[in-house]
Amino acid sequence: MSVFKHHAKLETNVFFLAVGILLSVIVGGLVEVVPLFTIESTIEKVEGVRPYSPLEQAGRDIYVREGCYNCHSQMIRPFKDEIERYGHYSLAAESKYDHPFQWASKRTGPDLARVGGKYTNDWHVRHMINPRDVVPESVMPGYPHLMRPLNYAGIAGNLTALKVVGVPYTDAQIMNAKKDLEEQAMSDSPDAAVLKSYPKAKMGDVDGNPKVVTEMDALVAYLQVLGTMVDFTTVKPEKIYR
Amino acid sequence: MASMEKDSVSGQMTTGHEWDGIKELNTPLPKWWVYVFWATVIWAVAYWIAMPAWPTINDYSRGMLGYSSRADLDNELKAQKQARGAWLAKFQTASVEDIAKDKTLLNYALVGGKVSFGENCSACHGSGGVGVAGAYPRLADDEWIWGGTLAEIEQTIKFGVRNEHADSRQSEMLPFGTGDMLSAEQVGQLADYVVSLSTKTPAAGSPGEAIFAERCTACHQEGGVGSKDLGAPALNNAIWLWKGNNQAAKDMVVGQITKPKHGSMPAWAGRLDDNTIKMLAVYVHSLGGGQ
Repeated sequence: MSVFKHHAKLETNVFFLAVGILLSVIVGGLVEVVPLFTIESTIEKVEGVRPYSPLEQAGRDIYVREGCYNCHSQMIRPFKDEIERYGHYSLAAESKYDHPFQWASKRTGPDLARVGGKYTNDWHVRHMINPRDVVPESVMPGYPHLMRPLNYAGIAGNLTALKVVGVPYTDAQIMNAKKDLEEQAMSDSPDAAVLKSYPKAKMGDVDGNPKVVTEMDALVAYLQVLGTMVDFTTVKPEKIYR
Repeated sequence: MASMEKDSVSGQMTTGHEWDGIKELNTPLPKWWVYVFWATVIWAVAYWIAMPAWPTINDYSRGMLGYSSRADLDNELKAQKQARGAWLAKFQTASVEDIAKDKTLLNYALVGGKVSFGENCSACHGSGGVGVAGAYPRLADDEWIWGGTLAEIEQTIKFGVRNEHADSRQSEMLPFGTGDMLSAEQVGQLADYVVSLSTKTPAAGSPGEAIFAERCTACHQEGGVGSKDLGAPALNNAIWLWKGNNQAAKDMVVGQITKPKHGSMPAWAGRLDDNTIKMLAVYVHSLGGGQ
């Protein structure tokens, strides 16, 4: 154990101690941080996950603005009871285009990772305006102000910013952002162009006011797509074991 | 630099530091502590080898034991399915009617159905199926829009109402009061007649009766008894889907004739498995008004 006797030299010399600390931090950083950028097995290879449509993205921004993550998680953990209640556990792939992700860690309200399609648009609107109208025991605040018009003048800029951080929006998608947003909020045609860019997007006006795109339209479009992109009947369980 | 020396009292070496004559002992760590420390180091190395631990460039070390929390979960779910196997097999083959007849299956379905109802259905239909006035139908009474038999309830849950599912229940009421189908006066007369139907005192010979016979009986049937095939609610009782708590019946009827609201319900097939849907159907049927 003679090598450990030299420990005192390291600890009693400010210069060597500083170098030693620096080396430790570098190793810790390399091992813990670098693989996050290079590791390819974290994100499961599943079909169907696409960037959010402009309307969904605008709704997502409202979700963040209103602080929904303070009470709602979007992370179904791989536990038996959670799966029985909410459905398939969340995959990393399902939030790969989330900047920032909305996994959250507190559940005053239920998890929302698979809320898409669970309730009707009509329910979401009533519930958002005054939760107690539909769920008398709810403690969620009302969000009636979401009935105001959505400010989406800068939506193309939003998509451009997301592209910079790695969301694969095409130039055409960015160019058509405003048009796609309006089409999704106002048309319910199954042949809409926005559906070709963003499959499974929920079409149509949700708040009974088809002439104006409201914040409610955007938020509900976002909620209705949550957890619906991956078709789990086509996913082999062994392929997503981690 | 001070000098290290042997302390005569404890027999330990000093560190060589001295403050006003007080010297510091360099007592080694207790043996048990050192052994535990080395044991943890060895444990850590063994853990690296046995369990998923180290990141590599594109991947990570899987560990010799091949542990995966998600695989663990799947095994747990398989074990749970096996434990429920006998029940599940019975449910798989039984129709909702069979389940309702068999007392043990019925009990099982009512308990399971209640849990699932609380999570999935009560957001709209309320705890215990009380519904929401002016929005979502009450399931705890014997008034059914799309039918109250076990099989009809099962179908409604499975495919829903007016949604994108190919088998969903569909129907649409025309906006009779908009455009030139009915004048405002006629809408008022028709609404008066419909309200008279609901109070079981139909205004015979009124102008509303003639309009009703001409425009409404195709779906709502003669006497306003309704049609479950078309989802046309019965009008000959005081149960209204679209009447808010503080709304007059006539105002609601006028609104509905002018700009009809259409309820919609998601399809639960795909989100819930067949057994759960069967349990839900039996549970909803039991709430008060199953037919």
